[in-house]
Amino acid sequence: MQPRQLAWTKRAVFLLGLLPFVRLFVLGATEGLGANPLEAITHGTGSWALYFLCITLAVTPLRRLTGWNWLIRLRRMLGLYAFFYASLHFIAFLWFDHFFDLEAMWRDVRKRPFITVGFLAFVLLLPLAATSTDAAVRRLGRRWQRLHRAIYLIVPLAVLHFWWMKAGKNDLGEPLLFAVIVAVLLLTRVIAWRRRVRAGAAA
Amino acid sequence: MLIKRSPNGIDLPFPSEITPRAVYEGRRAFLKQAAAGLVLAGTGELAFAAERPKLGAKRNSAYVVPDKPTDFEDATTYNNFYEFGTGKGDPARRAGSLRARPWAVAIEGEVAKPRTIDVEALLKLAPLEERIYRLRCVEGWSMVIPWTGYSLSNLIRAVEPNGHARFVEFVTLADPDQMPGLGSRVLQWPYTEGLRLDEANHPLTLLAFGMYGEVLPNQNGAPVRIVVPWKYGFKSAKSIVRIRFRRDQPRTSWNLVAPDEYGFYSNVNPEVDHPRWSQATERRIGEGGFFTPKRKTLMFNGYNQVASLYTGMDLKRYY
Repeated sequence: MQPRQLAWTKRAVFLLGLLPFVRLFVLGATEGLGANPLEAITHGTGSWALYFLCITLAVTPLRRLTGWNWLIRLRRMLGLYAFFYASLHFIAFLWFDHFFDLEAMWRDVRKRPFITVGFLAFVLLLPLAATSTDAAVRRLGRRWQRLHRAIYLIVPLAVLHFWWMKAGKNDLGEPLLFAVIVAVLLLTRVIAWRRRVRAGAAA
Repeated sequence: MLIKRSPNGIDLPFPSEITPRAVYEGRRAFLKQAAAGLVLAGTGELAFAAERPKLGAKRNSAYVVPDKPTDFEDATTYNNFYEFGTGKGDPARRAGSLRARPWAVAIEGEVAKPRTIDVEALLKLAPLEERIYRLRCVEGWSMVIPWTGYSLSNLIRAVEPNGHARFVEFVTLADPDQMPGLGSRVLQWPYTEGLRLDEANHPLTLLAFGMYGEVLPNQNGAPVRIVVPWKYGFKSAKSIVRIRFRRDQPRTSWNLVAPDEYGFYSNVNPEVDHPRWSQATERRIGEGGFFTPKRKTLMFNGYNQVASLYTGMDLKRYY
């Protein structure tokens, strides 16, 4: 892909990633979010955080599958969108559920396993977002990659958060779908890694 | 000139005579939807197939709360009625397939006079009245709804429970032809709820046929449901086809799914948390905006007159 094409693709992806936020914002401002708008915002931002986590995890397998190496150039933005929606989701929780009462929020985090794992996933995203600049990538060198492998823990935690949230209503269709998607995406890593090991042993 | 006076000397207009703003706005929205539906030539499944008939009744001032009633639109589009899907908007979209007439309710079990009563006869069993109740969902939100009905105790008296009757079981319709959500295995169907006989006999326990001065919309449990305002909403079974008087405590639907989360009693209790969220506060639907903190949840949802039903009971254990 030409650099100019890549720049346009990036712009397009940037705008697309912003759409769910714009939609929530517009509907929220025009009473379009139904009877419980605060819940709609909490659920909407949480869902999109999970979608972007999955999309980000899909970049490498998709690149291997198609040979489109330029896809890797979009990964940082996609990961940052996951962080963006996770942050909105966290703010919604802190604001709407606890009205900025940090102590009450912390009690909730410690007491309820589904919130504990969601919070942990968000906290683990923070260092990844903080080290997403070119300068940080250069400075950290090989350690950057090791640090960013935390995503392999973060995404399952996010799915578990969703699963446990829905478990009380015994409504596990959607969580199951995401568990399968994430399992497949992680399995491609294991397969690729085993191939590399075997190739290394053969050499 | 004949001047009609109500027995209590206060002349209150029938609710049907004062159409709340929310209601007529809801109707206008409905008309727009209906027009859109016609354009789409029947592709949409509209729960509001026709304007609902009025169900006027004099308001019983002994059973009102000072809180502002929830908008009709919100109360009829944000529902839990899993027989029509697990999404909050599913019942309003999909409950149009429920046939609320003809309808009969079978009264069975430990009663002297078991019988099947047609809903039209049930409507005439006792004088209808309007009551404004708080509704608290176990999920942490609440509404304020004007219901039309009468105390369930009227029906209980008419069927004469025998000395063995200690519990009352309520069974919701489970017809896959009318209820597209029954394919889901989220719950065991039919939806079953229950009360202790003394709870069922409490004057607050309402057998409801209408809300907002009209017959119940399908998504709210047409044509007949119970309303138990001091318990979490799921205790109030909708679209009832069977009422069974029993010696033993019935197994109830949500309790079978997650006994540690949904107890048989499920009285509204800010002290007893749901395992996955606090029950100390609630979000009142339609109240305020982004800067309104949640309301404090009241013991028994504010209906302290039921406290004597539970004297000596550990409500943390019997949640």
